[in-house]
Amino acid sequence: MNRKTGDMFANSPELGTCPRVLRPTNPPEFGDGEKVKIRAENLNLWYGDFQALIDVTMAVREKSITALIGSSGCGKSTLLRCLNRMNDLIDDVRIEGSVRVDGRDIYASAGDLPALRKKVGMVFQRPNPFPLSIYENVAFGPRVHHQAKGGELDGLVEESLRAVDLWDVLKDRLRENALKLSLEQKQRLCIARLAAVKSEVVLMDEPCSALDPYATMKIEDLMRLLKAKFTIVIVTHNMQQAARVSDETGFMLLGELVEFGATTDIFTRPRDKRTEDYITGRFG
Amino acid sequence: MRNESLKQRLGFGVLLLATLIVVVPVLSILVLILLKGWGALSWKFLLTMPRDGMRAGGIFPAIVGTTYLVFVSIAFALPIGVMAAVYLSEYARDNWLTRTINLAIINLAGVSSVVYGLFGLSLFVIFLNFGVSIIAGALTLGIMTLPVIITTTREALRAVPHAYREVSLSLGASRWQTVRHAVLPRALPGILTGAILSIGRVAGETAPILFTVAAFYLPKLPTSLSDQAMALPYHLYVITTQIPGIPESYRYGTALVLIGLVLVMNITAGVLRARYRKKR
Repeated sequence: MNRKTGDMFANSPELGTCPRVLRPTNPPEFGDGEKVKIRAENLNLWYGDFQALIDVTMAVREKSITALIGSSGCGKSTLLRCLNRMNDLIDDVRIEGSVRVDGRDIYASAGDLPALRKKVGMVFQRPNPFPLSIYENVAFGPRVHHQAKGGELDGLVEESLRAVDLWDVLKDRLRENALKLSLEQKQRLCIARLAAVKSEVVLMDEPCSALDPYATMKIEDLMRLLKAKFTIVIVTHNMQQAARVSDETGFMLLGELVEFGATTDIFTRPRDKRTEDYITGRFG
Repeated sequence: MRNESLKQRLGFGVLLLATLIVVVPVLSILVLILLKGWGALSWKFLLTMPRDGMRAGGIFPAIVGTTYLVFVSIAFALPIGVMAAVYLSEYARDNWLTRTINLAIINLAGVSSVVYGLFGLSLFVIFLNFGVSIIAGALTLGIMTLPVIITTTREALRAVPHAYREVSLSLGASRWQTVRHAVLPRALPGILTGAILSIGRVAGETAPILFTVAAFYLPKLPTSLSDQAMALPYHLYVITTQIPGIPESYRYGTALVLIGLVLVMNITAGVLRARYRKKR
């Protein structure tokens, strides 16, 4: 009887391909109408000898907000940067596993990196506009990609600034240096820059950590607004922020994605003891 | 407590003194040259050919020669230097080749100028058969000034915040587009500073042009890059040591013109730089 059970398992194709019987994380099952925008599978990443990501598997639903939480150094920024291959810039980095965006493995070939980064844009911790005019900041991407020029470019700039609710405030100041803007406006401008290259995914690496609470609230409002058009993945230190804005949350600890699921579930009935400890503030 | 403030004052005093020691020679050179050379300055001095075995007339051909040398050598060295610096700072990985190149650049900066002169003589004048000519002299001066341009350009590129590169790349720009649109424009003022420093050196150096271009005396102006030319620093040397009976004001007048020429070129580059800073 026992032997028979063993045979049965050995022949099962699903278990045969699975490295562990008990996966640490399960990609959430979405409803039929919902599309997975990004899927990371068995992602491992090393910086030299140090393993920063351990067997991470997750799925990001299209036009939703996914938050990654966890203490410093847990690998959440590293994971975020895997999604548009920004880790490629670091020497001595080794990546195994796959990340699929719209079903295509972005690590399969060195292929079209610019196209990937256009599609999967990034907003950084410090708002970092170029020391150029507001207009030129938004126009930078379209110019580099020869997407538009002249009147068409003007239209694109307006559209992009409208998308982040800056147009009405700044339409008469487009020639001013972007460095004069407030931090919150700068961060909005950085998002407008992505809108201008028609990004579909916005990766946000602690986008509010340089902002005061009021500005943070405004950016969170913007994120809810952007969700209609963009898929957003946000890394945050701020658990409340994750709880406020995100649809799905992943909790990371020491390179592992401990738990991933609907935000309400993660914050109300976490399945893993470590998640519970973190969100209740026992460590972090 | 009082002791500490006394020490502080003493410390600052010493620092101030050191600063003054730096400034004093600069000022005294300028004052000396202005006082002794001002009398020689006239349109005739600036715009006519020398006469009477260079004891009278003007220094026009030397001014023309030096201007040629500055423009040709900068036109040669600036693009090459900037491109090399961009490669070293933006593309090169830290390996033995890069380290060797860096070492070579440092050493190039340390080579004495008369050695450049000999090098120019053997490579450009003799081996490449350019003859003693403006092109041979300008190339020699250009090679001499390359390390200055490379070093200042590289520092200017390093001063561009890393975030700009990251943003540009994250917007899907290629590495080259990032350099071209996000990095170089920010570094341009620093690069111009390098050009300014080089102009001063190129205009003032005597040894590298000694065997490669400079003529003792020429009755006519150079008409092409393969002509010999007179040059201000060499002319100054000639009238100071080789020809007796030249009025002192001529010598100081020539020095004044040399300094003035460099100043005018520097101011031009400085205005360009200021304009650019304002525009961006």
